[in-house]
Amino acid sequence: MSVSAFTQEMAADGILILTLDIPGEKVNTLGREMMAEFDDLLTRLEARAGEVRGVVLRSGKPDGFIAGADIKDFAEIRSALEAETLSREGQALIGRLEKLPMPVVAAIHGPCLGGGLEVALACRYRVASDDAKTVVGLPEVMLGLIPGAGGTQRLPRLIGLRAALDLILTGRSLKAARALRAGVVDEVVPAAVLVQAACAAASRLTAGQAPPSHLGITQTERLIRPMIFRKARESVREKTGGRYPAPPAAIDVVEQGTASSLEGGLEIEARQFGALAVSEVSRALVSVFLATQEIKKDAGYPEGTDAREVGKLGIVGAGLMGAGIAAAAVDAGAIVRLKDTSFEALARGLRHVQEGLDERRRRGSLTRLESIRRANRLSATVDTSGFGRTDLVIEAVFEEAESKRAVLAEVEEAVGERCVVASNTSSIPIGDLARGARHPNRILGMHFFSPVEKMPLLEVVVTPETDAWATATAVVFGRRLGKHVIVVRDGPGFYTTRALSPYMSEAARLVEEGAAIEDVDGAMKRFGFPVGPLALLDEVGLDVGARVSGVLHRAFGDRMRPPAAMATVIESGRQGRKGRRGFYVYDGAKKRVDESVYALLPRGLPRTAFVEREIQERLVFAFLNEAARCLEEGILRSARDGDVGAIFGLGFPPFLGGPFRYLDHLGPRFAAEVLERLAARHGDRFAPAPILIEMGREGRSFHLAGPEPAAA
Amino acid sequence: MAVVAGCRTPFAKAGTAYRELTALDLARICVRELAERTELDPGGIDIVVMGQVVPSVKAPNLAREVVLAAGFPPSIPAHTVNKACASSNQAIVDVASEILNGNAEIGIAGGAESLSDVPILHSRNMARAFVGASRAKSMGDRVRAFSSVRLRDLAPDAPAIAEPSTGLSMGQSAEKMARENRIGREEQDLIAFQSHQKMADATDDGRVGRELVPVLPPPSYQPAIVADNLLRRDTTMEALAALPPVFDRRYGTVTAGNSSPLTDGAAAVVLMSEARAAREGMEPLAFIKSWAFAAVDPGGQLLMGPALAIPMALARAGLTLADIGIIEMHEAFAAQVLSNIQALESEDWAREKLGRKEAVGKVDRSRLNLSGGSIAIGHPFGATGARITTTLANEMARRGAQYGLLSVCAQGGLGFAMVLER
Repeated sequence: MSVSAFTQEMAADGILILTLDIPGEKVNTLGREMMAEFDDLLTRLEARAGEVRGVVLRSGKPDGFIAGADIKDFAEIRSALEAETLSREGQALIGRLEKLPMPVVAAIHGPCLGGGLEVALACRYRVASDDAKTVVGLPEVMLGLIPGAGGTQRLPRLIGLRAALDLILTGRSLKAARALRAGVVDEVVPAAVLVQAACAAASRLTAGQAPPSHLGITQTERLIRPMIFRKARESVREKTGGRYPAPPAAIDVVEQGTASSLEGGLEIEARQFGALAVSEVSRALVSVFLATQEIKKDAGYPEGTDAREVGKLGIVGAGLMGAGIAAAAVDAGAIVRLKDTSFEALARGLRHVQEGLDERRRRGSLTRLESIRRANRLSATVDTSGFGRTDLVIEAVFEEAESKRAVLAEVEEAVGERCVVASNTSSIPIGDLARGARHPNRILGMHFFSPVEKMPLLEVVVTPETDAWATATAVVFGRRLGKHVIVVRDGPGFYTTRALSPYMSEAARLVEEGAAIEDVDGAMKRFGFPVGPLALLDEVGLDVGARVSGVLHRAFGDRMRPPAAMATVIESGRQGRKGRRGFYVYDGAKKRVDESVYALLPRGLPRTAFVEREIQERLVFAFLNEAARCLEEGILRSARDGDVGAIFGLGFPPFLGGPFRYLDHLGPRFAAEVLERLAARHGDRFAPAPILIEMGREGRSFHLAGPEPAAA
Repeated sequence: MAVVAGCRTPFAKAGTAYRELTALDLARICVRELAERTELDPGGIDIVVMGQVVPSVKAPNLAREVVLAAGFPPSIPAHTVNKACASSNQAIVDVASEILNGNAEIGIAGGAESLSDVPILHSRNMARAFVGASRAKSMGDRVRAFSSVRLRDLAPDAPAIAEPSTGLSMGQSAEKMARENRIGREEQDLIAFQSHQKMADATDDGRVGRELVPVLPPPSYQPAIVADNLLRRDTTMEALAALPPVFDRRYGTVTAGNSSPLTDGAAAVVLMSEARAAREGMEPLAFIKSWAFAAVDPGGQLLMGPALAIPMALARAGLTLADIGIIEMHEAFAAQVLSNIQALESEDWAREKLGRKEAVGKVDRSRLNLSGGSIAIGHPFGATGARITTTLANEMARRGAQYGLLSVCAQGGLGFAMVLER
């Protein structure tokens, strides 16, 4: 190792300040090199027991303590034994830290996650800065893993079974104040005095003051242990549908480990960690995580392109989408000008934003003043006044080409020379909307997903005329809103809507053929989608759905023909949730299947039982096939983008790693065969995409030898 | 010194449309919309000054809070002035002076008032008890601090619109002026009637509307407030004559009908140096030519300040009243408007108060308050000056008038006048 990751500085009272600053990296991660150096350091510290009376462990990075393991290392693990060994090595290192003869105090500023928190947990005392960036948590479960360096054992012993299970099973992180309340950290101080406070704590401990007493596993918890674990299992089963092995494994490890000694617990932890690390689910989740990281580097525009910083955002249309974008934008600190045609519409939009802020204020995640500050960033207008200084305008009016074109023309008239003009459409080709525009080079699509505040994807749609700086502006702004951003080429339905459409149509077609609504939705939820396709259609609105499938049908012909039944259902006046009636009836918060739909269909009320696998096969393969076409036609720049888009925008099961990873898992050849079989039985719409046949023939897979990403 | 743009919120009778809002809410919405409409780069604003008369106890420097709440850069310095009903005139003068001194190029000046949100004070005795209790070291001390509080101390103490030095209310002062200047009831009612008539016309032909910014009042943001609510289109001389006098029930002439009402609202203008306005490509509405503040003894006729300030401002502009194309005179009371006109046209006033032989000049009623005045529009104390400045500048631009004059009377015997030119 050329440059040391640790620097040492002797402070008063024999307190050694140990600063971790891995050279050349933005964040500290627990890599092999760092661990080896740490190990040497511990050996030397053990020998300096008389001289060094206490240790403060801090990070030299301005924005983070230790972010955890390097996820890329996980992707390279070959066997369960290798992973288990990795876990044992981490455990051993952290065990030595814990057993040092002098007290160690962790000074935490910035993210302290996963392995980082496991290091901190082995310290005698933890001081955290009150900075908004400071968070602690064990997010391993999100990657299909469990904490593998003692976290499953030390956390429950520190803060109790229920609190620890909550953090380990959800992977959520706590801000400093919450972490203090939960007992994960012992003290919270302003960042400027963090090291001072940590040194003071170390001095106190050195002087023989007892470390703070922690709640740990209380007598009560000991008494109700079986109930705690039973409830945890029930809740995990309910939330994951049994498809994610990590949470139940974590419960096992906590249960068995806390019934035994720490050493016994660590043994169980390492074994489970090893098994999970090579599981299909973890592999898939890790690949999705890495894909989201790569997208940040390969963002869809030439490196070095200057994005325009969006200080002021204009939004046209204060409906659910427009208001949702406004809410996300004021959260991200942008000044927002919201336009609609009536004060009533504006009031609804402003209320939507306000309610979101109020809700978080009630939950305590936003202070009163901060919520006022955010609300004040938003102003409303019925004309285009105030648009002259916008850096980006997003149109979010009704999904209809003429209205959108009219809005774009009005916006172009009002904005300045360097303003990017975006359409939030889910299906209309941007090229159609930009035709006749004065500056088609500044026009692009920003396809948000509803509800905007929650859905983590943004699909940026570029035409051949779109300037790179405009693309960069939209992408960077999308990231500022906390979205994963994929850049796709223009075309009807772009990627997400286009891949989803045959899947949705197939669902409606099954109902037309006699399947029960709850059977179709149930089958897909059991496959791993968060919502059934028919319930989703209700959410989107049947009229909007019909409009979109109309666009796609005109563009792609028979393959995308919507089932005839859809028209009948819409003609009956059903609009979906917004009209309180679609495939379901909505009474308040509850919904139930609307059996009167069946009377509208050729097969009538008696429903036919379909084999669940057949439902899943028809829908999923319709989806996979269309996704493959999008890649083949260059709508998608890469299979990676296709996976990220489907998971974060459409709810494609993350444990499958996305449609392309799933195709790789099935094998393109096998997928093509299934599609041919489906085509023979159900019609040509299932004819396999040529790319599947070709890749099947050549024995290639999307992720290992996919086509080169097309230039944006 | 260019007046580039101005706007105001709709004015509403206190306790009505803006019941739930504060002066800060109104000022923030008004100033933000002003910047939006003029497509002003908030980063280019050098100074913000606001006027407010009844202060918000929790946000005493209203202007600074406006900067922070309007989404402007926090680097803009801002202060708040109180010159009673001439507060936003003082705000305009403060900004204009900074620009003239070369310390600023772009500024926003305005004011706001919420009489729906006045601070209600505790009695002095009650306040002393609270302070004592907050310093108490034991429970016993805390309880003892309240031992001197009597039942009558519990009554809240609301601020009144009265002269601190004379104890006379504004209305009583107006009544005194009407009496001493022999101004009759019908004359006053006619001023009020015409105020409503002219405002109704100006509302119908869009002159009022173009100065208004809509208010979507949080937290429900509805209904949108898009129009003033004090205008009485259906008022008649008979209806006005039927109103009882308020301040002298037996012999008085000042009624609710011929006085300006308690009002909530905000108004603001953008000022720029001429060079900067040209660089920004802004077409100024008018330029500030001169101004003057004056004051009379509150023990005499309280609201006669304008009759002193107007000749001063005219002299500084090198003009006479005859040169003025349009006059905007704040209508606190019809009696005050008529008293000031009387003084301006009086040789006695000129001799006694101004030390000159001939009267200031004839006030051409056909050039006075062309869109109505404070009686019909309303009078949020802190906002009226900016409202009048905006209206005068707009009207001059519309009519192509070369010179315009505005005046405002204020508590404490203060008077203000300003000359605009194009």
